Amino acid sequence: MTKTLTVSALALAVASPAFAQSRDNVQVAGSSTVLPYASIVAEAFGENFDFPTPVVESGGSSAGLKRFCEGVGENTIDIANASRAIRPAEIEACAANGVDEIIEVRIGYDGIVFASQIDGPDFTAFEPADWFRALAAEMPVDGEMVTNPNTTWADANADLPAVEIAAFIPGTKHGTREVFEEKVLLQGCEDTGAMAAMMKMGMSEDDAEDACMAVRTDGRSVDIDGDYTETLARIDSNPEGVGVFGLAFYENNTDTLKVATMGGVAPSTETISSGEYPVSRPLFFYIKKAHLGVIPGLKDFAQFFVADEIAGPGGPLADYGLVPDPELAETQAKIENEETMNAGS
Amino acid sequence: MTDLSAGAASGQTPRSLTQTDARTKKRNAAEKRFRAYGMAAIAAGMFFLVVLLGSIVTNGVTAFQQTFLQVPVYLDPEKLDKTGNRDPEEMKKVSTFGYKPLVEDAVFAAVQAAGIETAFEDAGDMDALFSASAAAQLRDRVLANPDLVGETVTFKILASSRVDGYLKDRVTRDSVARDKNIDAAHLDLVDGMRDASLVTKSFNWDFITGSDASESRPEQAGMGVAMLGSFYMMLVVLGLALPIGVAASIYLEEFAPKNRFTDLIEVNISNLAAVPSIVFGILGLAVFIQFVELPQSAPIVGGLVLTLMTLPTIIIATRASLQSVPPSIRDAALGVGASKMQSVFHHVLPLAMPGILTGTIIGLAQALGETAPLLLIGMVGYIATNYPDNIASGFFDPNSAMPAQIYEWAKRADPAYYERAWGGIIILLVFLFAMNAIAIILRRRFERRW
Repeated sequence: MTKTLTVSALALAVASPAFAQSRDNVQVAGSSTVLPYASIVAEAFGENFDFPTPVVESGGSSAGLKRFCEGVGENTIDIANASRAIRPAEIEACAANGVDEIIEVRIGYDGIVFASQIDGPDFTAFEPADWFRALAAEMPVDGEMVTNPNTTWADANADLPAVEIAAFIPGTKHGTREVFEEKVLLQGCEDTGAMAAMMKMGMSEDDAEDACMAVRTDGRSVDIDGDYTETLARIDSNPEGVGVFGLAFYENNTDTLKVATMGGVAPSTETISSGEYPVSRPLFFYIKKAHLGVIPGLKDFAQFFVADEIAGPGGPLADYGLVPDPELAETQAKIENEETMNAGS
Repeated sequence: MTDLSAGAASGQTPRSLTQTDARTKKRNAAEKRFRAYGMAAIAAGMFFLVVLLGSIVTNGVTAFQQTFLQVPVYLDPEKLDKTGNRDPEEMKKVSTFGYKPLVEDAVFAAVQAAGIETAFEDAGDMDALFSASAAAQLRDRVLANPDLVGETVTFKILASSRVDGYLKDRVTRDSVARDKNIDAAHLDLVDGMRDASLVTKSFNWDFITGSDASESRPEQAGMGVAMLGSFYMMLVVLGLALPIGVAASIYLEEFAPKNRFTDLIEVNISNLAAVPSIVFGILGLAVFIQFVELPQSAPIVGGLVLTLMTLPTIIIATRASLQSVPPSIRDAALGVGASKMQSVFHHVLPLAMPGILTGTIIGLAQALGETAPLLLIGMVGYIATNYPDNIASGFFDPNSAMPAQIYEWAKRADPAYYERAWGGIIILLVFLFAMNAIAIILRRRFERRW
């Protein structure tokens, strides 16, 4: 260990004087779902402006917002990407470190799709209720909570193929999981009447919701903590598996995956922007207002990101799979006026 | 005694040595079996090596070829420079989105000029054929030389990853039927264009020297920036680990008293060599980034972390080669009146040098391929698109490293990146083989045995 200490001390001596340079590039970190969009924009930004190409890193929404909230200054990031809205606790943490002015930018929507191997069993139509019946940890039967008895998809819904349930869903550190729980499991719980049955049994509403969103742990449902590539690999090796993917990922792998409808609606940019397709979520990035005017190109980058030619219909982001935001003009105005979020909202 | 006499008494006749008895046969059989096991083990190892190398080469070699479109583009002054001043500052207002239609028109015109039959009637349908980087390539060229506007210039632009994949048999007609990015009519067109040599494949230097690209244009992505990142990290490792490692070993081996304290240090160095590399990553995160506040994702931090990892390897190799120098050399030097330091630096160290260099190179090769510690200091998940401006920014600006770049490509959605990940592995392996070869040559040519 004496050796390590020597090295650290040496490193300190070598590094400290050289690290007094000012930063001239925009630094972005956060959600791995937003990463491909941000890197497409960064690339086009570098080509079209005299500023250097912004530095884009991934790490997840929560990790990105945590770094974002570390404080104000050149050694903190300027923009945090998030696949969910910032939480009140995070706003407080930010404010405690002096980051009290945050501009929230919604870049568009991302659909969450349910897909299986293209030559696999006939998973073509799902209802939220099917997923609740297939994945719930416990469900009420005759006034009592019992462990989920369903072992095949046909048990959950007779119209589905009679194959063993093998679902690959995003792990709890992903923003996608939250959307999946709320818009699929909870919805299915309500649709099947299980929610009402639980409350009848004397559960409070919160407890009932938690029970609705609890996922079985007997191995039929697998949490994927990596990204969609890992889910795809699982589906590849398991012909009967069903995976949860982002629309953009699915659209880039349409030759190996087949998508199912949800609630009778096929996922597409049109059905998601019209709100027909039930499982979608907004994507955001957050700008540190204190850095505007300090970091060169930050405002230009933010404006470029939501410009019609980038984030609008037919732009490169839509081509990649982003569902354009119908209210893009408002977002553009928001950046133009540097409108911050209301403190505490 | 009783045993012996009992054996003789049971009527055993004296045997000839040329005749093998049952026990000898058994022992010989056991030896044969053992040899067979050994050979089977080697065969299994070789088999896996061949399979591994075979799959790397077959999957990755295509990344070194890239499809290009060769088209004459008319640089329309109406679109590129409305005022006609040829002033680069004004012309910068035309973004790459303004250049894209020019490329589409040019490709369409080239298709018609070559008389290729196609179902497409609109130039806008051509955009599935070429890379999004083409517009930027035009724009850069025009801004660098505004006088080109109004002329027709032949550009060599990258084909889109799907077209590239089709010519490399990665994209088949079956898979295209299910692909929304390109359809079969495009492939028919590509067949025609290939016959007219509008579409050609050539060696892909950009894959070796280029920078990483976003997910919408895998055809543009290259390893160059990540290679520079690895290069700067190796500079840090070499610059720190070699002097520190050699100084520590010389002191421990030649000068330090042998007592409990030095024994403890020795044991700890050996232990350090066995510490999983991810531990060094956490250490780097805590010490270099959070405490010293060095920038995240910077090669200097990666280099420091890898230095810690390489140090024990170098110390152990150096000490072994110092020990192998016979004491007679030292005694002779001391005997003719050299000081202890002179004997070490004039006689022992030069003789130990081949071993020290071999150990260093092997340590560097190990560090070059290391990914785990880089995960924690932000070098994985970083999109390496900027070349460092100068040497200082090479050390301090965020960058990726070769193994991190491979990992990054392997997890991207577009299947074209998969090929590039394998191609990246080939480049990394070439580096590792080269370094190991140098180590072997040094050892063979300069090492002396006593």
